[in-house]
Amino acid sequence: MDEHRLDGNATAGILEEVFAFEITTARAACVQCGATGEVGAQMAYVTEIGTVLRCSSCDSPLIRIVRQDENPRRYWLDLKGVDYLQFQ
Amino acid sequence: MDVPVWRGHRAGQHMDIRLTAEDGYQAERSYSIASAPENDRVELVVERLDDGEVSPYLTDELRVGDGLELRGPVGGWFAWDAEEGGPLLLVAGGSGIAPLMAMVRHREAAGSDTPVRLLYSSRSYPEIIFRGELETLAAGDGTLEVVHTLTRSRPEGWSGYDRRIDAEMLREVAYQPEERPLAFVCGPTPLVETVATALVELGHDPARVKTERFGPTGG
Repeated sequence: MDEHRLDGNATAGILEEVFAFEITTARAACVQCGATGEVGAQMAYVTEIGTVLRCSSCDSPLIRIVRQDENPRRYWLDLKGVDYLQFQ
Repeated sequence: MDVPVWRGHRAGQHMDIRLTAEDGYQAERSYSIASAPENDRVELVVERLDDGEVSPYLTDELRVGDGLELRGPVGGWFAWDAEEGGPLLLVAGGSGIAPLMAMVRHREAAGSDTPVRLLYSSRSYPEIIFRGELETLAAGDGTLEVVHTLTRSRPEGWSGYDRRIDAEMLREVAYQPEERPLAFVCGPTPLVETVATALVELGHDPARVKTERFGPTGG
């Protein structure tokens, strides 16, 4: 068992820093397999290095986010695994 | 705790707590909110883990009047509002009761009569968190049913479940799939995965089974 493996809902805090809306209820479509599902229902791997959200159907990376806590704080946001995000 | 500029939360959401050491090292963990949105103060449940980086500080060192760096409330996916209805199937392991307790309390405060079944796994009788409050709430409310299972030790005369939650137990306790319950499952990863898999195998709609894993390590 991967000790860093959690539900996508666990990424709510870090993702809220860069998305100005409730992201865990948005639907994401996977570039690799085309599956769509709510962000909170995907699989999250949360480590000290960064956070990876993986597709719950095919395990491909959807979103990767790294935060550097120096001043000014910087973020790297990789969305290339997401075909589109649908939200209200 | 009192949180300045609190924007209110939904039952089931969590907070992220960040601690910064003198040398700048930071550790961040998530804790579910156990209080109802109707409550003025925010209550978190913190389970002390001996090798944790954050929980020993919160349980042993933190004093009334100390400040904390918080982010939240966050995580609207694992949340329930009384207007959404149910029936509600809540399955908790240990301190995984926290977000589900917020839902039970919210339902009570909102005067909702949505039927709720809570299946709650604890190691032993004294380790059942919110035992007294759950008893009181269930005693005065025919639509709230609380079922305990004790996995490690039982008091004398215990007639309830005495094993880890499994498919057979869920078949007995959970609503029928045709009743389309909304299920929230929270606890250690193995419990959450066992329960989610079993519910889907019993015929429940995966889209109506929401999970919140602690991970085996927690914080």
